[in-house]
Amino acid sequence: MFSPAVGRLSRRLLEIRQLFAPSQVKSLSSRSFSTALNYHIDSPDNNPDIPWDFTDANKERIKEILSHYPSNYKQSAVIPLLDLAQQQQGGWLTVSAMNAVAKVVEVAPIRVYEVATFYSMFNRTKVGKYHLLVCGTTPCMIRGSREIEDALLKHLGVKRNEVTKDGIFSVGEMECMGCCVNAPMITVADYSKGSEGYTYNYYEDVTPKRVIEIVEMLRKGEAPSVGTQNPQRIKSGPEGGNTTLHGEPKPPPCRDLDAC
Amino acid sequence: MGLGIRALRATRSSALGRIYSTSPIYHRILSPSSPSFFRWIVTTPELQKPDAAAEPAPQPPPPPTPVGGARVQITKPEDAIEVFVDGFPVKIPKGMTVLQACEVAGVDIPRFCYHSRLSIAGNCRMCLVEVEKSPKPVASCAMPALPGMKIKTDTPLAKKAREGVMEFLLMNHPLDCPICDQGGECDLQDQSMAFGSDRGRFTEMKRSVVDKNLGPLVKTVMTRCIQCTRCVRFASEIAGVQDLGMLGRGSGEEIGTYVERLMTSELSGNVIDICPVGALTSKPFAFKARNWELKGTETIDVTDAVGSNIRIDSRGPEVMRVLPCLNEDINEEWISDKTRFCYDGLKRQRLSDPMIRGSDGQFRAVTWRDALAVVAEAAHNTKPEEIVGIVGQLSDAESMMALKDFLNRMGSNNVWAEGNGVNPQADLRSNFLLNTTISGFGKADLFLLVGSQPRVEAPMVNARIRKTIRATQAKVAYIGPATDFNYDHQHLGTGAQTLIEIAEGRHPFCSSLLSAKNPVVILGAGVFERMDKDTIISAVETIAKYGKVMRPEWKGLNVLLLNAAQAASLDLGLVPEANSSIETAKFLYLMGADDVNLDKVPGDAFVVYQGHHGDKSVYRANIILPASAFSEKEGIYENTEGCAQSTSPAVPTVGDARDDWKIIRALSEVAGVYLPYDNLEAIRCRIRVVAPNLLQMDEKEAPTVSAALKPEFTGKISKSAFGTTVENFYMTDAITRASKIMAQCSATLSKRK
Repeated sequence: MFSPAVGRLSRRLLEIRQLFAPSQVKSLSSRSFSTALNYHIDSPDNNPDIPWDFTDANKERIKEILSHYPSNYKQSAVIPLLDLAQQQQGGWLTVSAMNAVAKVVEVAPIRVYEVATFYSMFNRTKVGKYHLLVCGTTPCMIRGSREIEDALLKHLGVKRNEVTKDGIFSVGEMECMGCCVNAPMITVADYSKGSEGYTYNYYEDVTPKRVIEIVEMLRKGEAPSVGTQNPQRIKSGPEGGNTTLHGEPKPPPCRDLDAC
Repeated sequence: MGLGIRALRATRSSALGRIYSTSPIYHRILSPSSPSFFRWIVTTPELQKPDAAAEPAPQPPPPPTPVGGARVQITKPEDAIEVFVDGFPVKIPKGMTVLQACEVAGVDIPRFCYHSRLSIAGNCRMCLVEVEKSPKPVASCAMPALPGMKIKTDTPLAKKAREGVMEFLLMNHPLDCPICDQGGECDLQDQSMAFGSDRGRFTEMKRSVVDKNLGPLVKTVMTRCIQCTRCVRFASEIAGVQDLGMLGRGSGEEIGTYVERLMTSELSGNVIDICPVGALTSKPFAFKARNWELKGTETIDVTDAVGSNIRIDSRGPEVMRVLPCLNEDINEEWISDKTRFCYDGLKRQRLSDPMIRGSDGQFRAVTWRDALAVVAEAAHNTKPEEIVGIVGQLSDAESMMALKDFLNRMGSNNVWAEGNGVNPQADLRSNFLLNTTISGFGKADLFLLVGSQPRVEAPMVNARIRKTIRATQAKVAYIGPATDFNYDHQHLGTGAQTLIEIAEGRHPFCSSLLSAKNPVVILGAGVFERMDKDTIISAVETIAKYGKVMRPEWKGLNVLLLNAAQAASLDLGLVPEANSSIETAKFLYLMGADDVNLDKVPGDAFVVYQGHHGDKSVYRANIILPASAFSEKEGIYENTEGCAQSTSPAVPTVGDARDDWKIIRALSEVAGVYLPYDNLEAIRCRIRVVAPNLLQMDEKEAPTVSAALKPEFTGKISKSAFGTTVENFYMTDAITRASKIMAQCSATLSKRK
């Protein structure tokens, strides 16, 4: 007498289980913005015993950076100094580099680790000389950022946050950089010339084909033009020239006192 | 929780709905009146408010009583403001937060991140209340109360806000309460019962976090963490170790040290208490007992001279754990790791039977009658001036009194307590007490530590000094060997030479001493063991006179004692005669004295060891009389401030052991020198004759300042530096030396210091 009800119940439970199953997988894979774990594991190229210090040129820059802040609030300089250390190190922060920053701003190292783990643009694992960051936020995603990332990953033969074998490229994802009007966009952080020649350029209106061209140009040492990659557009202007504001704009009627 | 309830609701809404509608038979069988098949929670508004209909006009509620004895001290009447909590007017001083105002009004606000002794973080959002004219609920712990504010803690908005916060907190919290050591005393558990919803809507996977290794004392289950950051704030503000931090962001956020690092603080155990969930629990106590099985006994700690108030949780004859008790004047609500974790030493190396060393050098258990007869005979066969008694660190006042009375009746006055050195000055109480008192440190603006390392000697005193420094930017100067402080200090020198320079006014430090309003000088009791201690004490007194440290309204000259028995022993006059020493002793009575150097005791001397642990002195003893430990007896201990407190028995004694004073009382009868006290009241009457302040429980009898009465000492001063008094913080007495946990700590934590 129970069997139809129990059978239906168990089928329903199975349905529920299936309902939950894919969502588990999705939620695990979707969280991979940060380049590293939130705790440190010693490795030959990243451990606190490796000596690390700022170069003499950067020590001058540190003085300049610290001069922006009151002398009793040195810790305010932690973000610019971490950025400087990251540029000097070639795109990533080792524990020793963070300890060096802690010494400069005179705080406990953990206070610097807290900052470095909070911001996703501080990389705590090795990145390539050119770190390519694909914007994944909604406007870029709608305009095809996933295809761009796929094209890059396939072309370079790596996974996200992985460095190519020659150490030149790595691909990561980031949040909105405010270029939504020229979506989709990628950013290239160029660590190949140290902190002196460091650039952080936007390439906008990219297509899967164009990003591969940009990558190849970078590999050859050429400098692809930054900004919009669509020849029909000037900066963030509309494609094919202005569609509005052709002549002198008319003044608002209420201001045209003679017309009243 | 989320998954189960979602599943239940889904089955309920569709499958059963269909069953009900399709067949009348199923309907009858599965109708809610058959409770054995399915039961679920039915929400009916009438059930939620049963009184609503019955009582249309609400009675005026009784006047509010503050939560947990919250006290309001309005120093300046013009700074008082009035706020309304649930309609009640409350007068509070300016600057109080909304949460504190609610506490004064007798309304307990749920909270996780807020802790009255830590800085305000405001990140758990559990304390949301409604404030009139505020568009959103406000976090009461971080919101300053403003005059005329109308706070509502019981409105649907506040309730809904709490319920929502609770649902978010439980989203990533594992459902492992049945195997969690915090279960039963968990803030999250309690508050989710009181303020949470009966269901959640979260259907994703819960996150998991890698556990951190914080050392042998604190067990971490970081998946349970709700990111209240209490432990981070405790570590950096109270313990003074900048090790813990909040790493990552968003749902990946976790508490950790980033690099592998143990928590090398002597107060690390307190993070177990302040953790509102089971993320940080006691490692030695893990899976040992449930808190509702334990019997709590409020008593006193004896591992240092501070006399921290503790609660011993026991199950049957076993001490399961030690927790702090609130005492604002002594330990606030913290205790040191030694106090908290030395309890396993109470179960190991215990002496349970009276034993006599035979001619073969082996101990043999005997009856009390035989043992006492042997001791009495040996005492009678010794010349009175060759009888010596030494009292150990952990002795209570009653037993010290009894031993002194007994040896006096045997004709000897050679009885003293270990750690007091030669010729201790016991005549003036102000010469051996912490006159400023621990809570009085709060008013100090300059500390001069002479040969004292409070971090290892008395962590609770050190915590109070650190608290003062954080609050008032007080300065600390230190004379002694280089050591580890958890606050900024000026290291003036290592030996008595620097002290003389300051006393003669030649040192640059003198100017800061003279300009200080409330200077505090703390002399470590380690100097008592030095030969030139009288000169050092004289020099310190000169400094005190010169820096106006001792004034009628400010008593800034302190001695920080090391042992629990020290203050009471000096009060009871357990000081040796001028020429007495153990080198000439033929009958040596050691009452728990394990830190005496017994090498100089003559080989033919008869050594009695009365104590609870088979520690150092047992190797030399001829006879062992087993006694009870501090957890098993009622006894008076005087702390370094001169505050007498009493222990209470938490567990029964081990084997055939007896209380110390009872053993001596029985011995006196066997020896024929009958001591006239048969119970605790009688011996306390005897103590009242000698030192009445020892019976004024929990009160500090202020010593009268009469340093002028003291003779000046101008003896030779040794050039040698002050020594480190406590070599290993984790092992200082018989109990801690027997403790396995303390051994682990000294192996892993001391090494790194």
